[in-house]
Amino acid sequence: MTNLLAWVIQISVILFVLLTSVAYLTLLERKVMSLIQLRIGPNRVGWWGLLQPAADGLKMIFKEDIVPLAASKLLYIAAPAVMLVPALMTLVVIPYGSQVTLFGRTIPLHVTQINVGVLYVLGLTSVGVYGIVLAGWSSNNKYSLMGGLRASAQMISYELALGLSIVGVVLWVGSLDLVEIVNAQKGWGGFKWNILRAPLGFFIFFIAALAETNRIPFDLPEAEAELVGGYHTEYSSMKFVMFQMGEYLNLITSASIATTLFFGGWLGPGVERFPLLSLVYFVGKVFILILLSMWIRFTLPRFRYDQLMRFGWEVLLPLAIVNIALTATVILLLH
Amino acid sequence: MEKALFIIFAVIAVASALNILLQRNPMYSALSLIGTLVSLSALYIMLRAQFIAAIQIVVYAGAIMVLFVFVIMLLNAPREQSNVDKQKWLRALAIPFAGLLLAEASYVVWRVPARAMPPLDSSSSGVGTTYSVGTKLFTEYLLPFEVTSVLILMAIVGAMVLARRQDD
Repeated sequence: MTNLLAWVIQISVILFVLLTSVAYLTLLERKVMSLIQLRIGPNRVGWWGLLQPAADGLKMIFKEDIVPLAASKLLYIAAPAVMLVPALMTLVVIPYGSQVTLFGRTIPLHVTQINVGVLYVLGLTSVGVYGIVLAGWSSNNKYSLMGGLRASAQMISYELALGLSIVGVVLWVGSLDLVEIVNAQKGWGGFKWNILRAPLGFFIFFIAALAETNRIPFDLPEAEAELVGGYHTEYSSMKFVMFQMGEYLNLITSASIATTLFFGGWLGPGVERFPLLSLVYFVGKVFILILLSMWIRFTLPRFRYDQLMRFGWEVLLPLAIVNIALTATVILLLH
Repeated sequence: MEKALFIIFAVIAVASALNILLQRNPMYSALSLIGTLVSLSALYIMLRAQFIAAIQIVVYAGAIMVLFVFVIMLLNAPREQSNVDKQKWLRALAIPFAGLLLAEASYVVWRVPARAMPPLDSSSSGVGTTYSVGTKLFTEYLLPFEVTSVLILMAIVGAMVLARRQDD
């Protein structure tokens, strides 16, 4: 019973932290954008614009919630939730710290540990596309439909490369369990991180993850220059916000998975003596990766659709297969 | 607890399977099929087959059904046409085939001995893990595995040939 209680508390805390950071990521993104574009960015609401997310949230709540007459209602209403739920579920298996002792109890800092963790993450990523697809289809709007179509094609193409890029790491570690993968990177003062053992894998993973999270240069499903707003053209008020939240949650998720798989997760100097430091390391690494993807977003132009498809199938996928063969050969030679 | 979960997911699986047939709109049918696949995956987990459950989601619910939905959206298929009724002989065939399927299913239920399920916690040593599935596939069942992969390769090449032919 106390176990269940600890679980519920842990999940609630994670949920709270996640949703707050999603709100503040919107501010961070606008600040980073204005920094890159030599502007100031939001600075009216609160000091340094720190209350901007709250103001935005309030504004969105008071907007009128519109359901188009020709939309298929059930799916139209369900789509934002379908987008949000898989994004939230993924974080369950990610170890975000070592373990802490609170009130005489040792609490491992991950919600659950399953021995097919990597597959669980991949499964949820692939299911996550349905939110976008359903939104595009149920809106009964040609731009939305185009957005949904592009999303499904893009997801299928880049999912393969994403899955195959992780195989290299799994070969090195010999486990699909994310907790095990972090533990296997322990030691040698950070020189055992998988980024050093599978750099090509990380390169492919990062690009494919950018594509899976629909961020520039891969944001074809909502390319505002061609498709108005893409799959969420018809959405307003909180339903629109839910799509935005889903996108930022996906960003956090992919950065956390990249951290766990390639950058040693919560590992860092001094973790053994001060377990709480592991949280700081984990959040810091995730933060750096998120900044990196923001930097990319405001520096690169958008792909053209045929370029996107060609890049996925003719460059990324063969590269991922070569990476597996190379990694397997190296491991075989070493043993 | 486990029994309750089994009943919930079994009911969802059967109900969505029925819904696939009852819906007129192909999109709703495809979504019901996803419901069936996901609840089957939950049932696999209860059978201690975590690997199969995860693969079920990744491959079927995640990849193949996205492709289905993609095609439905691309064609923007109108509500089902009634040209099915023209093929009356198909309907007559349905009954013996359904009977055959039922006979097979009941044979399996009848003949396969019931086994005690290992407790859920000791799943790491169980039969359904990635490790045991992988070892079995690449040792004991290597030939069927390779033959299947050749078969799938043939299907891919065949699909390519058929699709390309219309260009000429």
